[in-house]
Amino acid sequence: MSGLDPIASQSSPGPACAKAPRDHGHALSILHQIRHALGILIETGEETRIDLNAMPFGPGDLERLTDVLGRGEVQASVEALGPTLIQETAIPGVWLVDYRGTEDQRLTLHIEIALTPEILRPRPEDLAESIATLDSRMPRRDLEPGDSPPTS
Amino acid sequence: MAARKTPEKTLGESLRDHGLSRRGFLKFCAATTSMMALPPSLAPAIAAALETAKRPSVIWLSFQECTGCTESLTRSHAPTLEDLILDFISLDYHHTLQAAAGEAAEEARLQAMEANKGEYLVIVDGSIPGPDANPGFSTVAGHSNYQTLMETVEHAAAVIAVGTCAAFGGIPQAKPNPTGAMSVMDLVKDKPVVNVSGCPPIPMVITGVLAHYLVFGRLPELDSYGRPLAFYGQSIHDRCYRRPFYDRGLFAESFDDEGAKLGWCLYRLGCKGPSTYNACATMKWNDGTSWPIESGHPCLGCSEPSFWDAGGFYEPLSVPLTLRPETLLQAGAVGAVVGGGLAALARKKVKDAAGTRQPVTVEELEQKL
Repeated sequence: MSGLDPIASQSSPGPACAKAPRDHGHALSILHQIRHALGILIETGEETRIDLNAMPFGPGDLERLTDVLGRGEVQASVEALGPTLIQETAIPGVWLVDYRGTEDQRLTLHIEIALTPEILRPRPEDLAESIATLDSRMPRRDLEPGDSPPTS
Repeated sequence: MAARKTPEKTLGESLRDHGLSRRGFLKFCAATTSMMALPPSLAPAIAAALETAKRPSVIWLSFQECTGCTESLTRSHAPTLEDLILDFISLDYHHTLQAAAGEAAEEARLQAMEANKGEYLVIVDGSIPGPDANPGFSTVAGHSNYQTLMETVEHAAAVIAVGTCAAFGGIPQAKPNPTGAMSVMDLVKDKPVVNVSGCPPIPMVITGVLAHYLVFGRLPELDSYGRPLAFYGQSIHDRCYRRPFYDRGLFAESFDDEGAKLGWCLYRLGCKGPSTYNACATMKWNDGTSWPIESGHPCLGCSEPSFWDAGGFYEPLSVPLTLRPETLLQAGAVGAVVGGGLAALARKKVKDAAGTRQPVTVEELEQKL
């Protein structure tokens, strides 16, 4: 399916080097970092974000990492400044968040260790405006002085 | 023409004017944080700072250069974060990109300088024929590069030298340096100078430095060569995905041997990764597709001073693999003393020459040629 599939595919080897990618050993260190962050999330609720763009990955490292993490049940997409693709991994609490630009190029790729990725939650400023937003969208009925609100 | 005062709107206001939602803003900040090589946990602080940041006026001067640095910044495959950052500065002069030409272009530069006195940033790409060189090697609007640079930086808040030519003299300064090319930091002594070296620099590093200035209102922490530590703090070698092969003594000996095919370390094919500091290993090129070492080619060391004269590109570094760390430290200390002496001598030479600066005349050109 899905536009979420490309999450791990950006650094895939091309046809000219199609044999199995070599293991450079970098995925394992990230997996240990995720394991540590999961422990903190469970114990204290503190969330962790890991910027995979900042990792010195070689060919195949990202694929190896995402293979181990697997795919969970939840996929989501946020349309703001281009798509952001969110994929729950097979490890509860571990999410891949792929920030893409307006022409689908990757801006950055994060792993979030959290109950829900931050970008899925409403922004506090938006939440503060939510009642006013709802009110503005509700059908209006001009009340005469002395009228009481309709009852069911 | 009205003076080009920096717009009063904050970045947050400009973003909302662009129709960006708060989630979009959060995403922008996450990507900017990544671009600045900062931990993702700092994204909320970046968001708060960007919300209130003002657009700085930027004057971009191009001297003895190939335009590769501007190409690096502007020739991204698609509209990217770099474009967004460029939207949020006021680029008031860039003679490759601006529509104005001739006197109108120079007038734009002078107006931006006057309206933003003490606050504008100057970006320089390309080296500068020094005060003792024939000024005719490179002029803009009849003025020598040296004269234009010194005039423009006089009331600047800071100077960003983009590319190895501006940062260290680069290829124009390669032996025998026929144009007397000098770097920005050789000439500008009374303003903060940030060197964003590379031939060309990684576009995200250029915009990362700008983003840092936007977010924090000051320049980033620098290494001894004036480069931002966030991007130049570690050697290519230390961040290289082939490093485990080096540690195990597995080297490609030629470009088509089994070691090369297996992706082993390129040290013996001349890789300058151990002595080169840059962000290629993590930021990569062409929208993060690859970088020279991943493509099977040794690092040339293009972000280091005098890389063009540093021996053959395919000659291994002269430091033997068996050298012990303490020996290297002693060698480094000797190098620092010698280098410091040479730098002081160069500074004196530049200072002595600065007082005799004159406009370029035809007679002068003919006499020196």
